[in-house]
Amino acid sequence: MNITLENLTKRFPARGRKAQGETTAVRDLSFQVPDGMLVGLLGPSGCGKSTTLNMICGLETPTSGKIFFGEEDVTSLAPELRGVGMVFQNYALYPHLTVMQNILFPLENLKGKDRPTRQEMRRRALETARLVQIEELLERRPRELSGGQQQRVAIARALVKMPRVLLLDEPLSNLDARLRLQTREEICKIQKKTGITTLFVTHDQEEAMSISDWIVVMKEGVLMQQGAPQQVYDDPQNLFVAKFLGTPPINVFEGLVKNGRLLLDGQEALSVPGAPDGDVWVGIRPEGFLPHPQGTVSCALDRVEVLGRDTSIVCAHPACQSGTVRAIIQSENQVDPAGKTVRFALRPEKVFLFHRETEERIRFDCTSQAGL
Amino acid sequence: MNQTSPQKQNALARKEGLRSALTYLFLSVWAVVVLFPFYWMVLTSIKSYGAYNSEHTPVFVTLSPTLENYQNAFTAVPLGGYLLNTLIFAVATTAAMVVVSTLAAYAFARLRFRGKNLVFGLFLSMMMIPTELVVITNFVTITNLDLRNSFLGLILPSITSVFYIYLLKENFEQVPNELYKAAKVDGTSDLKYLWKVMVPICRPTLVTITILKLIECWNSYVWPRLITDDPAYFLVSNGIQEIRENGFGRENVPAMMATVVVISVPLILLFLGFRKKIMEGVSRGGTKG
Amino acid sequence: MDRNSKKAWLYLLPSLVLLGAFLIYPLIDVLIYSVEECYNFASQTYQGVGLYNYSYVLHDPYFLQAVENTFVLVVITVPCSTVLALLISTALSSIRPLRQLFQTIYFLPYVTNTLAVGLVFMVLFQRTEYTDGLVNLMLGWFEAGPIDFINGPHWAKMFVLCFYTIWVVLPFKILVLTSALASVSEEYYKAARVDGTSRTRIFFRITLPMISPMIVYLVITGFIGAFKAYSDAVALFGTDLNAAGMNTIVGYVYDMLYGDSGGYPSYASAAAIILFVIVLTITCVNLLVTRKRISD
Repeated sequence: MNITLENLTKRFPARGRKAQGETTAVRDLSFQVPDGMLVGLLGPSGCGKSTTLNMICGLETPTSGKIFFGEEDVTSLAPELRGVGMVFQNYALYPHLTVMQNILFPLENLKGKDRPTRQEMRRRALETARLVQIEELLERRPRELSGGQQQRVAIARALVKMPRVLLLDEPLSNLDARLRLQTREEICKIQKKTGITTLFVTHDQEEAMSISDWIVVMKEGVLMQQGAPQQVYDDPQNLFVAKFLGTPPINVFEGLVKNGRLLLDGQEALSVPGAPDGDVWVGIRPEGFLPHPQGTVSCALDRVEVLGRDTSIVCAHPACQSGTVRAIIQSENQVDPAGKTVRFALRPEKVFLFHRETEERIRFDCTSQAGL
Repeated sequence: MNQTSPQKQNALARKEGLRSALTYLFLSVWAVVVLFPFYWMVLTSIKSYGAYNSEHTPVFVTLSPTLENYQNAFTAVPLGGYLLNTLIFAVATTAAMVVVSTLAAYAFARLRFRGKNLVFGLFLSMMMIPTELVVITNFVTITNLDLRNSFLGLILPSITSVFYIYLLKENFEQVPNELYKAAKVDGTSDLKYLWKVMVPICRPTLVTITILKLIECWNSYVWPRLITDDPAYFLVSNGIQEIRENGFGRENVPAMMATVVVISVPLILLFLGFRKKIMEGVSRGGTKG
Repeated sequence: MDRNSKKAWLYLLPSLVLLGAFLIYPLIDVLIYSVEECYNFASQTYQGVGLYNYSYVLHDPYFLQAVENTFVLVVITVPCSTVLALLISTALSSIRPLRQLFQTIYFLPYVTNTLAVGLVFMVLFQRTEYTDGLVNLMLGWFEAGPIDFINGPHWAKMFVLCFYTIWVVLPFKILVLTSALASVSEEYYKAARVDGTSRTRIFFRITLPMISPMIVYLVITGFIGAFKAYSDAVALFGTDLNAAGMNTIVGYVYDMLYGDSGGYPSYASAAAIILFVIVLTITCVNLLVTRKRISD
């Protein structure tokens, strides 16, 4: 089932007696979630991603715009008629009901001819419990479960009504780091097994990148970019997306383009054929630096952190916005930790130029470069 | 589904509207039940005695309001005296309660001494002792001490409240320990620390318990009734009872209502002024009855 | 004893002295009083030790009347006020505009003087030679009455007493339940809506179980409070409750101690202890029943 959002906008009346006007949580948002995919809706907190999720499941009505499930317009349909399953950030498991009763709860809401028999309900609940591997916990109460188990119960409760779409709101934010890794694989596996179109919201780019088939990046209610995770990482359309994705984060420099050449602090760093002259932001991924004795970028070496497989070099460059530059190099490329400076050559496909004002991507021809 | 959806939506909206209208109606009805006695007492208190008694069927408004009943309330019966007594009683009791409870709460929260947990456990279990059980002996004690019809007799047994000590102790414990250690390093005495640091930090709780105690004192009836039979020492509750049974010579309902208004107004003003604090304090563990 | 301990005891001294004199000593003393037979208040002498005081109290028709009144009051007011408070606070939580105003109004009875406002209720319900009173006027609209609620039949007096008691205890219950309802996480309701749960089902399967600890608390404190009813009755029917046939157990205790039939601390003690035993038993039964139901 495709999910299509068309020019979706949501405005809230301003809270508080003194505040005037409205706040716009989501502005003119359009994107499509392809059928059967696991999609990560990504953005910093307050960017409107939860509001978007709430509109998709029907808890909020959009101010304008439309939502389609397949061909069907569900914009003003009540949540229970949409066939969505939702997993809440704090799971919202009913504390006074057992795991089994929690899973049965949505089925018991069904009325008329949709309502399965008691036996059928139990059969489906058991089947779902088996899918998420909690069949031995069915008689427990939520407070007797670990965070990860509660998470799976919540997923089972969302899946038991066989929804067309599964929505997860910050599914991993309440788990500790180790469980988070395990659970995100779990979610990925369950999604592959059921094939249900799944949309999850997160502010953690690593989480989104690692399991999604497709990511949608939002900022202040506006769509920034969407695509397959690797594609978005390799080809960010603006400075925000470039900065938001990737650990360690991208290094941002103030630069100047003159006659197809990129100058950092007055020194030529790279030739950028096709880029117009003017002030730019330069984003260089940590893996875009290659230590080279004749390299074009010279940095004051601060320290070398040996991480095993990789080595991280922390250094300073006068044009760097945040003061420190972090480069990740392969351990084979030795850098003398006692040295005062280190010279880098740049990998052009890891260097992105952005307009200084609009922060939009400026493209240049990076294939013609003679790599070092 | 696409065609029926708007109609369905309309029907749903109508149902929602009806539901909320009914909710407001229900809430308003109860609001009237709550407010009506207040309205009636104010209304009756400004009707003249003659006018009130000539209404065989009660009238909901009056066109000739008069303040003569209020004048009556202060001259024909010693209402001023009752009010003064209650004020003295409430302020003295509350002040003593605050001092005694603060000291005890501080000892439990900050000081270390042997048997602290045992004593505190005993304190907590005292919360369960019903006043009805101990009032008998207290009555005898105060009578034997010859303290009947005196403020001391009224105040002494009303001072301590285990619950407020508990509330304050909980609040004191939230003040970080580092502040105490820092004060000790600077050579601050315990009493000074309590007065200069703890009390200002915990002022919201102190204000809450002060107000709750004032309300409690203003409304107390049973103990004052037992311990005073000289009208010179009556509090407002006893005063109103006295007025009802012997005051104003005859059944002067408007004058009685005027006294009721005078008695109720201070509390209602206190409530409106400290609404948030009072409601918060009460929901944390006050009970009535 | 070290210096610190001494200081701590010094801080505790005022409250310990007061509590000892007016809470602990009386607690023990009341037990002693209750078994001292033929205690004479004037000479402070007694003639023997035994359970005669209890037997006297239990055979006193005034006491039996008081017990009956108290039980009727408890049985009517506790369920009625709890259900009404639940209805009102649920309605309150479902609205947004005017909520604060309603909350403030509903809390007013808590801060009023029971005796004073009781007088207003008496005036509203009373029937005198001059007037039938307001309530009878309203009854007249439905072709009923007139009934004298204050000096008339027992059931009418009971009705007024229950009504007034509910009016007085509701503010506290509404306040507690409203804050309990507010503490139920919004996420549960969202989850229920996504699953298409009907309103009644949400109320009975989610809201009610979630706030049930607070309801239990209210029922228990409600029982305790209603068993100690006294000032409400005095406010409506005057200090001579025995004559009005509206006495309560606590009223009986005070009358025995100091009233028209007063001067018998032994009988008062025995009655107070009987009351205490009743309240304790009912509280324990309450706790057991709810504990069992919750653990099921």
